[in-house]
Amino acid sequence: MSYPIPPATVAPRPRRLALPGRWGGRPSVGSLVKFLLLAALAVFFLLPLWVMLITGLKPFADVHLSRMWELPSGIYLDNFMAALRALGPHLLNSIQLAVPAAILSSLLGSMNGYILSKWKFRGSDLIFTAFLFGMFIPYQSVLIPLVQFMNTINPAGGIQGLILVHVVYGIPITTLIFRNYYATIPNELIESARIDGAGFFGVFRHIALPLSLPGFAVVLIWQFTNIWNEFLFAIVLTRPASWPVTVALNNLAGSQIVEWNVQMAGALLAALPTLVVYIVLGRFFLRGLMAGALKG
Amino acid sequence: MTLAAALRRHWVPVAMLSPSIVLIGIFVYGFIGWSLRVSMSEWQGLMPDYTWAGLSNFAELLNDRRFHIDIRNTLVFTTFFIGGCVGLGLLLAVLLDRHVPGEGIFRSIFLFPLAISLIVTGVAWRWLMNPSTGERTTGLNLLLDTFGLNALMNAWHTSDPPIGIAFVALPAVWQMTGFTMALFLAGLRAIPEELKEAARVDGASELQVYRRIILPLLRPALLSALIILGHLSLKVFDLIVALSGKDIRLDVPAIYMWTTTFDANNFSRGAAIGIYMLVSVAILVVPYLVWSLRRETEL
Repeated sequence: MSYPIPPATVAPRPRRLALPGRWGGRPSVGSLVKFLLLAALAVFFLLPLWVMLITGLKPFADVHLSRMWELPSGIYLDNFMAALRALGPHLLNSIQLAVPAAILSSLLGSMNGYILSKWKFRGSDLIFTAFLFGMFIPYQSVLIPLVQFMNTINPAGGIQGLILVHVVYGIPITTLIFRNYYATIPNELIESARIDGAGFFGVFRHIALPLSLPGFAVVLIWQFTNIWNEFLFAIVLTRPASWPVTVALNNLAGSQIVEWNVQMAGALLAALPTLVVYIVLGRFFLRGLMAGALKG
Repeated sequence: MTLAAALRRHWVPVAMLSPSIVLIGIFVYGFIGWSLRVSMSEWQGLMPDYTWAGLSNFAELLNDRRFHIDIRNTLVFTTFFIGGCVGLGLLLAVLLDRHVPGEGIFRSIFLFPLAISLIVTGVAWRWLMNPSTGERTTGLNLLLDTFGLNALMNAWHTSDPPIGIAFVALPAVWQMTGFTMALFLAGLRAIPEELKEAARVDGASELQVYRRIILPLLRPALLSALIILGHLSLKVFDLIVALSGKDIRLDVPAIYMWTTTFDANNFSRGAAIGIYMLVSVAILVVPYLVWSLRRETEL
Protein backbone atom coordinates (compact mmCIF):
# COMPACT_ATOMS: atom_id res chain seq x y z
CA MET A 1 0.00 0.00 0.00
CA SER A 2 2.95 2.30 0.18
CA TYR A 3 2.78 3.13 -3.48
CA PRO A 4 -0.51 3.78 -5.18
CA ILE A 5 -0.37 1.98 -8.40
CA PRO A 6 1.25 -1.21 -9.49
CA PRO A 7 2.99 0.36 -12.46
CA ALA A 8 2.88 -2.85 -14.43
CA THR A 9 -0.85 -2.57 -14.96
CA VAL A 10 -0.34 0.66 -16.75
CA ALA A 11 2.80 0.22 -18.76
CA PRO A 12 3.14 -3.00 -20.70
CA ARG A 13 6.48 -4.67 -20.37
CA PRO A 14 8.88 -3.61 -23.09
CA ARG A 15 8.25 -5.76 -26.09
CA ARG A 16 10.86 -7.96 -27.56
CA LEU A 17 11.31 -7.79 -31.24
CA ALA A 18 9.99 -11.21 -32.15
CA LEU A 19 6.23 -11.40 -31.81
CA PRO A 20 5.50 -14.69 -30.11
CA GLY A 21 7.97 -14.22 -27.33
CA ARG A 22 10.78 -16.52 -26.56
CA TRP A 23 10.18 -19.07 -29.25
CA GLY A 24 11.78 -16.90 -31.87
CA GLY A 25 10.66 -15.36 -35.10
CA ARG A 26 7.70 -17.24 -36.53
CA PRO A 27 4.31 -17.47 -34.85
CA SER A 28 3.84 -20.98 -33.51
CA VAL A 29 0.67 -23.05 -33.41
CA GLY A 30 0.52 -22.37 -29.68
CA SER A 31 0.47 -18.65 -30.07
CA LEU A 32 -2.18 -18.91 -32.78
CA VAL A 33 -4.41 -20.98 -30.47
CA LYS A 34 -3.82 -18.44 -27.73
CA PHE A 35 -4.79 -15.59 -30.01
CA LEU A 36 -7.95 -17.33 -31.19
CA LEU A 37 -8.95 -18.09 -27.61
CA LEU A 38 -8.50 -14.45 -26.66
CA ALA A 39 -10.48 -13.36 -29.69
CA ALA A 40 -13.35 -15.71 -28.78
CA LEU A 41 -13.41 -14.37 -25.22
CA ALA A 42 -13.31 -10.81 -26.53
CA VAL A 43 -16.42 -11.58 -28.59
CA PHE A 44 -18.15 -12.83 -25.44
CA PHE A 45 -17.23 -9.65 -23.57
CA LEU A 46 -18.48 -7.44 -26.37
CA LEU A 47 -21.74 -9.35 -26.86
CA PRO A 48 -23.95 -7.27 -24.51
CA LEU A 49 -22.60 -4.02 -25.93
CA TRP A 50 -23.14 -5.26 -29.46
CA VAL A 51 -26.71 -6.32 -28.85
CA MET A 52 -27.54 -2.98 -27.19
CA LEU A 53 -26.08 -1.18 -30.18
CA ILE A 54 -27.76 -3.12 -33.00
CA THR A 55 -31.08 -3.19 -31.18
CA GLY A 56 -30.93 0.52 -30.60
CA LEU A 57 -30.25 1.25 -34.25
CA LYS A 58 -33.18 -0.76 -35.65
CA PRO A 59 -36.39 0.83 -36.88
CA PHE A 60 -39.39 -0.15 -34.77
CA ALA A 61 -40.61 -2.36 -37.62
CA ASP A 62 -37.44 -4.49 -37.45
CA VAL A 63 -37.71 -5.09 -33.76
CA HIS A 64 -38.75 -8.56 -32.84
CA LEU A 65 -37.39 -10.79 -30.10
CA SER A 66 -36.70 -13.59 -32.54
CA ARG A 67 -34.58 -11.25 -34.67
CA MET A 68 -32.42 -9.93 -31.84
CA TRP A 69 -29.13 -10.83 -33.51
CA GLU A 70 -30.00 -9.58 -37.00
CA LEU A 71 -28.28 -6.44 -38.16
CA PRO A 72 -30.49 -3.38 -38.54
CA SER A 73 -31.69 -2.75 -42.09
CA GLY A 74 -30.31 0.76 -41.87
CA ILE A 75 -29.41 3.24 -39.21
CA TYR A 76 -32.47 4.50 -37.39
CA LEU A 77 -32.47 6.51 -34.21
CA ASP A 78 -36.11 5.88 -33.22
CA ASN A 79 -35.16 3.77 -30.20
CA PHE A 80 -32.56 6.21 -28.99
CA MET A 81 -34.97 9.11 -29.38
CA ALA A 82 -37.64 7.26 -27.42
CA ALA A 83 -35.10 6.37 -24.72
CA LEU A 84 -33.82 9.93 -24.65
CA ARG A 85 -37.35 11.26 -24.11
CA ALA A 86 -37.68 9.02 -21.08
CA LEU A 87 -34.15 9.37 -19.69
CA GLY A 88 -33.04 12.82 -20.89
CA PRO A 89 -33.86 14.77 -17.70
CA HIS A 90 -32.30 12.01 -15.62
CA LEU A 91 -29.09 12.08 -17.66
CA LEU A 92 -28.92 15.77 -16.81
CA ASN A 93 -29.52 14.95 -13.14
CA SER A 94 -26.64 12.49 -13.26
CA ILE A 95 -24.33 15.13 -14.70
CA GLN A 96 -25.41 17.63 -12.05
CA LEU A 97 -24.72 14.96 -9.46
CA ALA A 98 -21.53 13.28 -10.60
CA VAL A 99 -19.50 16.31 -11.73
CA PRO A 100 -19.71 18.43 -8.55
CA ALA A 101 -19.52 15.39 -6.28
CA ALA A 102 -16.36 14.17 -8.03
CA ILE A 103 -14.73 17.60 -7.79
CA LEU A 104 -15.58 18.07 -4.10
CA SER A 105 -14.44 14.52 -3.36
CA SER A 106 -11.08 15.04 -4.94
CA LEU A 107 -10.45 18.33 -3.13
CA LEU A 108 -11.27 16.76 0.20
CA GLY A 109 -9.27 13.62 -0.63
CA SER A 110 -6.18 15.57 -1.67
CA MET A 111 -6.11 17.51 1.61
CA ASN A 112 -6.65 14.34 3.66
CA GLY A 113 -4.06 12.39 1.70
CA TYR A 114 -1.54 15.21 2.10
CA ILE A 115 -2.01 15.28 5.86
CA LEU A 116 -2.02 11.52 6.33
CA SER A 117 1.18 11.04 4.32
CA LYS A 118 3.25 14.16 5.03
CA TRP A 119 1.94 15.59 8.32
CA LYS A 120 1.41 12.45 10.32
CA PHE A 121 0.62 12.89 13.99
CA ARG A 122 0.07 10.46 16.80
CA GLY A 123 -2.99 8.41 15.93
CA SER A 124 -3.12 9.50 12.30
CA ASP A 125 -2.56 5.95 11.04
CA LEU A 126 -5.43 4.77 13.19
CA ILE A 127 -7.66 7.48 11.75
CA PHE A 128 -6.65 6.40 8.27
CA THR A 129 -7.57 2.77 9.01
CA ALA A 130 -10.90 3.93 10.45
CA PHE A 131 -11.53 5.86 7.23
CA LEU A 132 -10.65 2.83 5.09
CA PHE A 133 -13.14 0.60 6.85
CA GLY A 134 -15.84 2.98 5.62
CA MET A 135 -14.99 1.95 2.08
CA PHE A 136 -16.03 -1.65 2.65
CA ILE A 137 -19.14 -1.42 4.80
CA PRO A 138 -22.41 -2.61 3.29
CA TYR A 139 -24.43 0.57 3.07
CA GLN A 140 -27.47 -1.36 4.28
CA SER A 141 -25.92 -1.08 7.74
CA VAL A 142 -26.21 2.72 7.71
CA LEU A 143 -29.20 3.11 5.42
CA ILE A 144 -32.01 3.63 7.94
CA PRO A 145 -30.26 6.38 9.94
CA LEU A 146 -29.02 7.90 6.69
CA VAL A 147 -32.54 8.16 5.29
CA GLN A 148 -33.86 9.63 8.54
CA PHE A 149 -31.00 12.10 8.74
CA MET A 150 -31.26 13.18 5.12
CA ASN A 151 -35.04 13.55 5.41
CA THR A 152 -34.35 16.05 8.17
CA ILE A 153 -31.71 18.11 6.41
CA ASN A 154 -32.86 17.65 2.81
CA PRO A 155 -36.59 16.90 2.96
CA ALA A 156 -37.17 17.72 -0.72
CA GLY A 157 -35.03 14.77 -1.81
CA GLY A 158 -32.99 16.90 -4.20
CA ILE A 159 -29.66 16.23 -5.83
CA GLN A 160 -27.71 18.29 -3.27
CA GLY A 161 -28.33 15.74 -0.56
CA LEU A 162 -27.08 12.94 -2.78
CA ILE A 163 -23.96 14.98 -3.60
CA LEU A 164 -23.22 15.33 0.12
CA VAL A 165 -23.67 11.59 0.68
CA HIS A 166 -21.38 10.65 -2.21
CA VAL A 167 -18.72 13.10 -1.05
CA VAL A 168 -18.83 11.68 2.49
CA TYR A 169 -18.73 8.02 1.51
CA GLY A 170 -16.08 8.89 -1.09
CA ILE A 171 -13.67 10.11 1.61
CA PRO A 172 -12.05 6.67 2.19
CA ILE A 173 -11.13 5.89 -1.41
CA THR A 174 -10.12 9.44 -2.37
CA THR A 175 -8.00 9.77 0.78
CA LEU A 176 -6.38 6.41 0.06
CA ILE A 177 -5.49 7.25 -3.52
CA PHE A 178 -4.05 10.68 -2.64
CA ARG A 179 -2.22 9.40 0.43
CA ASN A 180 -0.46 6.76 -1.63
CA TYR A 181 0.20 9.32 -4.31
CA TYR A 182 1.79 11.86 -1.96
CA ALA A 183 3.82 9.12 -0.29
CA THR A 184 5.90 9.03 -3.49
CA ILE A 185 7.00 12.63 -3.04
CA PRO A 186 10.38 12.49 -1.28
CA ASN A 187 10.31 13.83 2.27
CA GLU A 188 13.54 15.73 1.54
CA LEU A 189 11.63 17.88 -0.93
CA ILE A 190 9.08 18.76 1.73
CA GLU A 191 11.77 19.39 4.34
CA SER A 192 13.78 21.68 2.11
CA ALA A 193 10.67 23.69 1.30
CA ARG A 194 9.99 24.03 5.01
CA ILE A 195 13.53 25.18 5.67
CA ASP A 196 12.90 27.80 3.02
CA GLY A 197 10.03 28.98 5.15
CA ALA A 198 7.04 27.29 3.54
CA GLY A 199 4.36 26.17 5.99
CA PHE A 200 1.59 23.61 5.80
CA PHE A 201 -0.34 25.45 3.09
CA GLY A 202 2.76 26.66 1.27
CA VAL A 203 4.09 23.14 0.81
CA PHE A 204 0.64 21.96 -0.26
CA ARG A 205 0.22 24.71 -2.83
CA HIS A 206 3.71 24.86 -4.24
CA ILE A 207 4.87 21.25 -4.03
CA ALA A 208 2.10 18.75 -3.41
CA LEU A 209 -0.62 20.18 -5.66
CA PRO A 210 1.52 20.77 -8.76
CA LEU A 211 2.86 17.22 -8.50
CA SER A 212 -0.51 15.63 -8.02
CA LEU A 213 -2.31 16.37 -11.27
CA PRO A 214 -2.29 12.68 -12.28
CA GLY A 215 -3.66 11.89 -8.81
CA PHE A 216 -6.51 14.29 -9.47
CA ALA A 217 -7.17 12.65 -12.82
CA VAL A 218 -7.38 9.22 -11.17
CA VAL A 219 -9.68 10.37 -8.38
CA LEU A 220 -11.93 12.52 -10.56
CA ILE A 221 -12.43 9.72 -13.05
CA TRP A 222 -12.93 7.09 -10.39
CA GLN A 223 -15.47 9.15 -8.45
CA PHE A 224 -17.29 10.33 -11.57
CA THR A 225 -17.68 6.74 -12.79
CA ASN A 226 -18.77 5.32 -9.46
CA ILE A 227 -21.19 8.11 -8.64
CA TRP A 228 -22.70 8.00 -12.12
CA ASN A 229 -23.22 4.24 -11.80
CA GLU A 230 -24.49 4.20 -8.23
CA PHE A 231 -28.03 3.05 -7.48
CA LEU A 232 -28.80 2.37 -3.81
CA PHE A 233 -28.25 5.85 -2.36
CA ALA A 234 -29.93 7.40 -5.36
CA ILE A 235 -33.11 5.37 -5.03
CA VAL A 236 -33.54 5.97 -1.30
CA LEU A 237 -32.51 9.62 -1.17
CA THR A 238 -34.05 11.25 -4.24
CA ARG A 239 -37.58 11.96 -5.39
CA PRO A 240 -38.54 10.93 -8.95
CA ALA A 241 -37.86 14.37 -10.43
CA SER A 242 -34.27 14.22 -9.15
CA TRP A 243 -33.60 10.59 -10.02
CA PRO A 244 -30.22 10.01 -11.62
CA VAL A 245 -30.18 7.91 -14.75
CA THR A 246 -29.54 4.54 -13.05
CA VAL A 247 -32.77 4.77 -11.07
CA ALA A 248 -34.72 6.01 -14.07
CA LEU A 249 -33.33 3.22 -16.23
CA ASN A 250 -34.22 0.58 -13.68
CA ASN A 251 -37.70 2.02 -13.52
CA LEU A 252 -37.94 1.97 -17.32
CA ALA A 253 -36.82 -1.66 -17.45
CA GLY A 254 -39.27 -2.67 -14.75
CA SER A 255 -42.18 -1.18 -16.62
CA GLN A 256 -44.35 -3.55 -18.61
CA ILE A 257 -45.27 -1.01 -21.27
CA VAL A 258 -41.78 0.03 -22.38
CA GLU A 259 -40.54 -2.09 -25.28
CA TRP A 260 -37.32 -4.05 -24.79
CA ASN A 261 -35.62 -2.26 -27.66
CA VAL A 262 -36.16 1.10 -25.97
CA GLN A 263 -34.78 -0.39 -22.75
CA MET A 264 -31.66 -1.55 -24.59
CA ALA A 265 -31.16 1.86 -26.18
CA GLY A 266 -31.69 3.47 -22.78
CA ALA A 267 -29.12 1.18 -21.19
CA LEU A 268 -26.57 2.19 -23.81
CA LEU A 269 -27.34 5.88 -23.27
CA ALA A 270 -26.86 5.46 -19.52
CA ALA A 271 -23.57 3.65 -20.08
CA LEU A 272 -22.20 6.03 -22.71
CA PRO A 273 -20.70 8.82 -20.55
CA THR A 274 -18.65 6.51 -18.33
CA LEU A 275 -17.76 4.38 -21.34
CA VAL A 276 -16.41 7.40 -23.20
CA VAL A 277 -14.40 8.45 -20.14
CA TYR A 278 -13.02 4.91 -19.93
CA ILE A 279 -12.08 4.80 -23.61
CA VAL A 280 -10.34 8.19 -23.50
CA LEU A 281 -8.76 8.00 -20.04
CA GLY A 282 -8.73 4.28 -19.29
CA ARG A 283 -5.32 4.12 -17.68
CA PHE A 284 -6.35 6.57 -14.96
CA PHE A 285 -9.49 4.54 -14.37
CA LEU A 286 -7.39 1.42 -13.99
CA ARG A 287 -5.25 3.04 -11.30
CA GLY A 288 -8.33 3.90 -9.28
CA LEU A 289 -9.47 0.32 -9.64
CA MET A 290 -6.20 -1.09 -8.38
CA ALA A 291 -6.01 1.35 -5.48
CA GLY A 292 -9.26 -0.09 -4.16
CA ALA A 293 -7.60 -3.47 -3.81
CA LEU A 294 -5.10 -1.98 -1.31
CA LYS A 295 -2.36 -3.78 -3.19
CA GLY A 296 1.07 -2.29 -3.24
CA MET B 1 9.76 18.02 20.83
CA THR B 2 7.88 19.63 23.68
CA LEU B 3 4.14 19.27 23.89
CA ALA B 4 3.65 22.91 22.96
CA ALA B 5 5.86 22.53 19.91
CA ALA B 6 4.06 19.36 18.92
CA LEU B 7 0.75 21.13 19.19
CA ARG B 8 2.03 24.05 17.14
CA ARG B 9 3.30 21.70 14.48
CA HIS B 10 0.16 19.62 14.39
CA TRP B 11 -2.79 21.85 15.03
CA VAL B 12 -3.15 22.97 11.41
CA PRO B 13 -3.10 19.42 9.95
CA VAL B 14 -5.49 18.19 12.63
CA ALA B 15 -7.80 21.13 12.01
CA MET B 16 -7.77 20.51 8.26
CA LEU B 17 -8.45 16.82 8.75
CA SER B 18 -11.23 17.33 11.26
CA PRO B 19 -14.12 17.90 8.82
CA SER B 20 -13.50 14.44 7.37
CA ILE B 21 -13.09 12.92 10.83
CA VAL B 22 -16.44 14.39 11.86
CA LEU B 23 -18.19 13.29 8.65
CA ILE B 24 -16.86 9.73 8.78
CA GLY B 25 -17.54 9.66 12.50
CA ILE B 26 -21.19 10.51 11.93
CA PHE B 27 -21.99 8.86 8.61
CA VAL B 28 -20.08 5.63 9.18
CA TYR B 29 -19.61 4.96 12.88
CA GLY B 30 -22.48 7.03 14.25
CA PHE B 31 -24.96 5.58 11.79
CA ILE B 32 -23.75 2.02 12.41
CA GLY B 33 -24.38 2.61 16.12
CA TRP B 34 -27.80 4.06 15.36
CA SER B 35 -28.64 1.09 13.12
CA LEU B 36 -27.59 -1.22 15.93
CA ARG B 37 -30.00 0.60 18.23
CA VAL B 38 -32.83 0.31 15.67
CA SER B 39 -32.06 -3.39 15.26
CA MET B 40 -32.65 -3.82 19.01
CA SER B 41 -35.95 -1.99 18.97
CA GLU B 42 -39.55 -2.86 18.13
CA TRP B 43 -39.81 -0.32 15.36
CA GLN B 44 -42.39 -1.55 12.86
CA GLY B 45 -44.34 1.08 11.03
CA LEU B 46 -43.75 4.60 9.82
CA MET B 47 -43.20 6.15 13.24
CA PRO B 48 -39.92 5.36 15.01
CA ASP B 49 -40.40 3.14 18.06
CA TYR B 50 -37.30 2.62 20.15
CA THR B 51 -38.85 0.25 22.67
CA TRP B 52 -36.08 -2.09 23.76
CA ALA B 53 -36.32 -5.50 22.12
CA GLY B 54 -32.87 -6.92 22.90
CA LEU B 55 -31.62 -9.39 20.32
CA SER B 56 -35.06 -10.67 19.37
CA ASN B 57 -34.84 -9.36 15.79
CA PHE B 58 -31.55 -11.17 15.29
CA ALA B 59 -32.96 -14.36 16.79
CA GLU B 60 -36.08 -14.21 14.62
CA LEU B 61 -33.98 -13.90 11.49
CA LEU B 62 -32.06 -17.04 12.40
CA ASN B 63 -35.37 -18.93 12.33
CA ASP B 64 -36.69 -17.12 9.30
CA ARG B 65 -37.08 -19.24 6.16
CA ARG B 66 -36.61 -16.30 3.85
CA PHE B 67 -33.32 -15.41 5.55
CA HIS B 68 -32.19 -19.03 5.16
CA ILE B 69 -32.91 -18.80 1.42
CA ASP B 70 -30.93 -15.55 1.32
CA ILE B 71 -27.92 -17.14 2.96
CA ARG B 72 -28.03 -20.13 0.64
CA ASN B 73 -28.40 -17.84 -2.39
CA THR B 74 -25.46 -15.72 -1.24
CA LEU B 75 -23.29 -18.81 -0.83
CA VAL B 76 -24.21 -20.19 -4.25
CA PHE B 77 -23.74 -16.82 -5.91
CA THR B 78 -20.41 -16.24 -4.16
CA THR B 79 -19.08 -19.65 -5.21
CA PHE B 80 -19.84 -19.17 -8.89
CA PHE B 81 -18.96 -15.48 -8.91
CA ILE B 82 -15.55 -15.89 -7.28
CA GLY B 83 -14.81 -19.15 -9.09
CA GLY B 84 -15.65 -17.57 -12.43
CA CYS B 85 -13.78 -14.32 -11.87
CA VAL B 86 -10.65 -16.00 -10.52
CA GLY B 87 -10.59 -18.80 -13.10
CA LEU B 88 -11.33 -16.65 -16.12
CA GLY B 89 -9.25 -13.72 -14.84
CA LEU B 90 -6.23 -15.97 -14.34
CA LEU B 91 -6.68 -17.48 -17.79
CA LEU B 92 -6.87 -14.04 -19.40
CA ALA B 93 -3.84 -12.79 -17.48
CA VAL B 94 -1.74 -15.81 -18.45
CA LEU B 95 -2.83 -15.51 -22.08
CA LEU B 96 -2.04 -11.80 -22.17
CA ASP B 97 1.21 -11.98 -20.23
CA ARG B 98 3.36 -13.17 -23.06
CA HIS B 99 3.31 -10.59 -25.81
CA VAL B 100 0.14 -11.18 -27.72
CA PRO B 101 -0.47 -9.00 -30.77
CA GLY B 102 -3.20 -6.51 -29.94
CA GLU B 103 -2.61 -6.89 -26.21
CA GLY B 104 -3.73 -3.35 -25.42
CA ILE B 105 -7.00 -3.77 -27.29
CA PHE B 106 -7.72 -7.09 -25.60
CA ARG B 107 -7.06 -5.62 -22.17
CA SER B 108 -9.39 -2.71 -22.89
CA ILE B 109 -12.14 -5.07 -24.03
CA PHE B 110 -11.90 -7.25 -20.92
CA LEU B 111 -11.86 -4.20 -18.65
CA PHE B 112 -14.59 -2.02 -20.12
CA PRO B 113 -17.51 -3.68 -18.26
CA LEU B 114 -16.01 -2.29 -15.03
CA ALA B 115 -16.86 1.21 -16.20
CA ILE B 116 -20.55 0.36 -16.62
CA SER B 117 -23.32 0.53 -14.05
CA LEU B 118 -24.61 -2.77 -12.67
CA ILE B 119 -28.07 -1.49 -13.59
CA VAL B 120 -27.04 -1.28 -17.25
CA THR B 121 -25.54 -4.77 -17.00
CA GLY B 122 -28.72 -6.09 -15.45
CA VAL B 123 -30.95 -4.57 -18.11
CA ALA B 124 -28.84 -5.91 -20.98
CA TRP B 125 -28.51 -9.39 -19.48
CA ARG B 126 -32.18 -9.77 -18.60
CA TRP B 127 -32.77 -9.79 -22.36
CA LEU B 128 -29.72 -11.94 -23.11
CA MET B 129 -30.86 -14.48 -20.52
CA ASN B 130 -34.51 -14.23 -21.50
CA PRO B 131 -36.16 -17.60 -20.83
CA SER B 132 -39.00 -17.33 -23.38
CA THR B 133 -39.49 -20.33 -25.65
CA GLY B 134 -41.02 -21.00 -29.07
CA GLU B 135 -41.78 -17.93 -31.17
CA ARG B 136 -40.41 -15.60 -28.55
CA THR B 137 -37.06 -17.37 -28.11
CA THR B 138 -34.39 -14.71 -27.93
CA GLY B 139 -31.03 -13.69 -26.48
CA LEU B 140 -28.47 -16.37 -25.70
CA ASN B 141 -31.04 -19.13 -26.23
CA LEU B 142 -31.66 -17.90 -29.77
CA LEU B 143 -27.92 -17.78 -30.39
CA LEU B 144 -27.47 -21.33 -29.06
CA ASP B 145 -30.39 -22.49 -31.19
CA THR B 146 -28.88 -20.90 -34.30
CA PHE B 147 -25.60 -22.71 -33.75
CA GLY B 148 -27.36 -26.03 -33.15
CA LEU B 149 -26.51 -26.09 -29.46
CA ASN B 150 -30.14 -26.60 -28.41
CA ALA B 151 -29.02 -28.83 -25.56
CA LEU B 152 -27.53 -25.82 -23.82
CA MET B 153 -30.69 -23.70 -24.03
CA ASN B 154 -32.15 -23.14 -20.59
CA ALA B 155 -34.11 -20.83 -18.34
CA TRP B 156 -30.97 -19.06 -17.02
CA HIS B 157 -31.64 -16.95 -13.94
CA THR B 158 -35.28 -18.03 -13.90
CA SER B 159 -34.29 -21.70 -13.43
CA ASP B 160 -35.47 -23.46 -10.30
CA PRO B 161 -33.51 -22.68 -7.14
CA PRO B 162 -30.67 -22.79 -6.54
CA ILE B 163 -29.66 -22.97 -10.22
CA GLY B 164 -31.18 -19.57 -10.99
CA ILE B 165 -28.96 -17.62 -8.60
CA ALA B 166 -25.92 -19.42 -10.02
CA PHE B 167 -26.76 -17.94 -13.41
CA VAL B 168 -26.90 -14.45 -11.87
CA ALA B 169 -23.17 -14.93 -11.43
CA LEU B 170 -22.78 -14.98 -15.23
CA PRO B 171 -23.31 -11.23 -15.79
CA ALA B 172 -21.43 -10.56 -12.54
CA VAL B 173 -18.45 -12.53 -13.84
CA TRP B 174 -18.76 -10.72 -17.17
CA GLN B 175 -18.52 -7.43 -15.29
CA MET B 176 -15.78 -8.17 -12.75
CA THR B 177 -13.39 -10.55 -14.51
CA GLY B 178 -11.38 -7.63 -15.85
CA PHE B 179 -10.56 -6.69 -12.27
CA THR B 180 -9.03 -10.06 -11.41
CA MET B 181 -7.28 -10.11 -14.75
CA ALA B 182 -5.66 -6.74 -13.98
CA LEU B 183 -4.63 -7.91 -10.50
CA PHE B 184 -3.08 -11.12 -11.82
CA LEU B 185 -1.43 -9.37 -14.74
CA ALA B 186 0.20 -6.89 -12.36
CA GLY B 187 1.33 -9.84 -10.25
CA LEU B 188 2.73 -11.71 -13.24
CA ARG B 189 4.63 -8.69 -14.48
CA ALA B 190 6.18 -8.09 -11.09
CA ILE B 191 7.89 -11.49 -11.26
CA PRO B 192 11.48 -10.97 -12.39
CA GLU B 193 12.26 -12.56 -15.74
CA GLU B 194 15.51 -13.94 -14.27
CA LEU B 195 13.59 -16.11 -11.83
CA LYS B 196 11.68 -17.85 -14.61
CA GLU B 197 14.79 -18.04 -16.77
CA ALA B 198 16.75 -19.66 -13.95
CA ALA B 199 14.09 -22.34 -13.54
CA ARG B 200 14.11 -23.01 -17.27
CA VAL B 201 17.87 -23.31 -17.29
CA ASP B 202 17.50 -25.88 -14.50
CA GLY B 203 15.36 -27.88 -16.88
CA ALA B 204 11.87 -26.99 -15.67
CA SER B 205 9.14 -27.30 -18.30
CA GLU B 206 6.90 -24.34 -19.04
CA LEU B 207 4.10 -25.99 -17.02
CA GLN B 208 6.42 -26.54 -14.07
CA VAL B 209 7.55 -22.93 -14.18
CA TYR B 210 3.91 -21.92 -13.84
CA ARG B 211 3.07 -24.38 -11.10
CA ARG B 212 6.20 -24.04 -8.99
CA ILE B 213 7.29 -20.43 -9.54
CA ILE B 214 4.57 -18.25 -10.96
CA LEU B 215 1.36 -19.41 -9.26
CA PRO B 216 2.82 -19.32 -5.71
CA LEU B 217 4.03 -15.77 -6.35
CA LEU B 218 0.50 -14.76 -7.34
CA ARG B 219 -0.86 -15.55 -3.88
CA PRO B 220 -0.99 -11.92 -2.68
CA ALA B 221 -2.92 -10.94 -5.81
CA LEU B 222 -5.25 -13.88 -5.24
CA LEU B 223 -5.83 -12.82 -1.64
CA SER B 224 -6.72 -9.28 -2.73
CA ALA B 225 -9.08 -10.66 -5.36
CA LEU B 226 -10.81 -12.98 -2.89
CA ILE B 227 -11.34 -10.22 -0.32
CA ILE B 228 -12.62 -7.64 -2.78
CA LEU B 229 -14.86 -10.03 -4.73
CA GLY B 230 -16.01 -11.74 -1.55
CA HIS B 231 -17.16 -8.55 0.09
CA LEU B 232 -18.85 -7.45 -3.13
CA SER B 233 -20.82 -10.66 -3.35
CA LEU B 234 -21.99 -10.33 0.26
CA LYS B 235 -23.42 -6.96 -0.74
CA VAL B 236 -24.87 -7.89 -4.16
CA PHE B 237 -28.01 -5.83 -4.81
CA ASP B 238 -28.18 -3.62 -7.92
CA LEU B 239 -27.54 -6.40 -10.40
CA ILE B 240 -30.33 -8.62 -9.09
CA VAL B 241 -32.78 -5.73 -8.88
CA ALA B 242 -32.11 -4.78 -12.50
CA LEU B 243 -32.08 -8.39 -13.66
CA SER B 244 -35.23 -9.64 -12.03
CA GLY B 245 -36.96 -6.98 -9.99
CA LYS B 246 -37.76 -8.56 -6.67
CA ASP B 247 -38.02 -12.22 -7.66
CA ILE B 248 -38.15 -14.04 -4.34
CA ARG B 249 -36.22 -17.00 -5.77
CA LEU B 250 -33.22 -14.69 -6.28
CA ASP B 251 -33.58 -13.02 -2.89
CA VAL B 252 -30.39 -12.00 -1.06
CA PRO B 253 -29.91 -10.18 2.27
CA ALA B 254 -29.55 -6.77 0.62
CA ILE B 255 -32.89 -7.16 -1.16
CA TYR B 256 -34.61 -8.55 1.95
CA MET B 257 -33.30 -5.58 3.91
CA TRP B 258 -34.66 -3.27 1.24
CA THR B 259 -38.15 -4.73 0.96
CA THR B 260 -38.71 -5.34 4.65
CA THR B 261 -37.59 -1.81 5.52
CA PHE B 262 -38.99 0.35 2.78
CA ASP B 263 -41.94 -1.71 1.52
CA ALA B 264 -43.09 -3.39 4.73
CA ASN B 265 -41.88 -0.67 7.14
CA ASN B 266 -40.31 -3.28 9.40
CA PHE B 267 -37.41 -1.03 10.28
CA SER B 268 -36.06 -3.01 13.22
CA ARG B 269 -35.77 -6.19 11.17
CA GLY B 270 -34.24 -4.27 8.25
CA ALA B 271 -31.63 -2.82 10.59
CA ALA B 272 -30.85 -6.30 11.95
CA ILE B 273 -30.26 -7.60 8.42
CA GLY B 274 -27.97 -4.62 7.79
CA ILE B 275 -25.98 -5.46 10.93
CA TYR B 276 -25.69 -9.11 9.93
CA MET B 277 -24.33 -7.96 6.57
CA LEU B 278 -21.88 -5.63 8.29
CA VAL B 279 -20.60 -8.39 10.55
CA SER B 280 -20.08 -10.78 7.63
CA VAL B 281 -18.16 -8.15 5.68
CA ALA B 282 -16.12 -7.12 8.74
CA ILE B 283 -15.03 -10.71 9.37
CA LEU B 284 -13.65 -10.75 5.85
CA VAL B 285 -12.21 -7.26 5.60
CA VAL B 286 -10.86 -6.27 9.03
CA PRO B 287 -8.05 -8.87 9.12
CA TYR B 288 -7.14 -7.83 5.59
CA LEU B 289 -7.01 -4.14 6.55
CA VAL B 290 -4.85 -4.90 9.57
CA TRP B 291 -2.60 -7.12 7.46
CA SER B 292 -2.24 -4.49 4.72
CA LEU B 293 -1.32 -1.76 7.18
CA ARG B 294 1.07 -3.92 9.15
CA ARG B 295 2.83 -4.93 5.96
CA GLU B 296 3.10 -1.26 5.10
CA THR B 297 4.76 -0.29 8.37
CA GLU B 298 7.22 -3.15 7.95
CA LEU B 299 8.36 -1.76 4.62
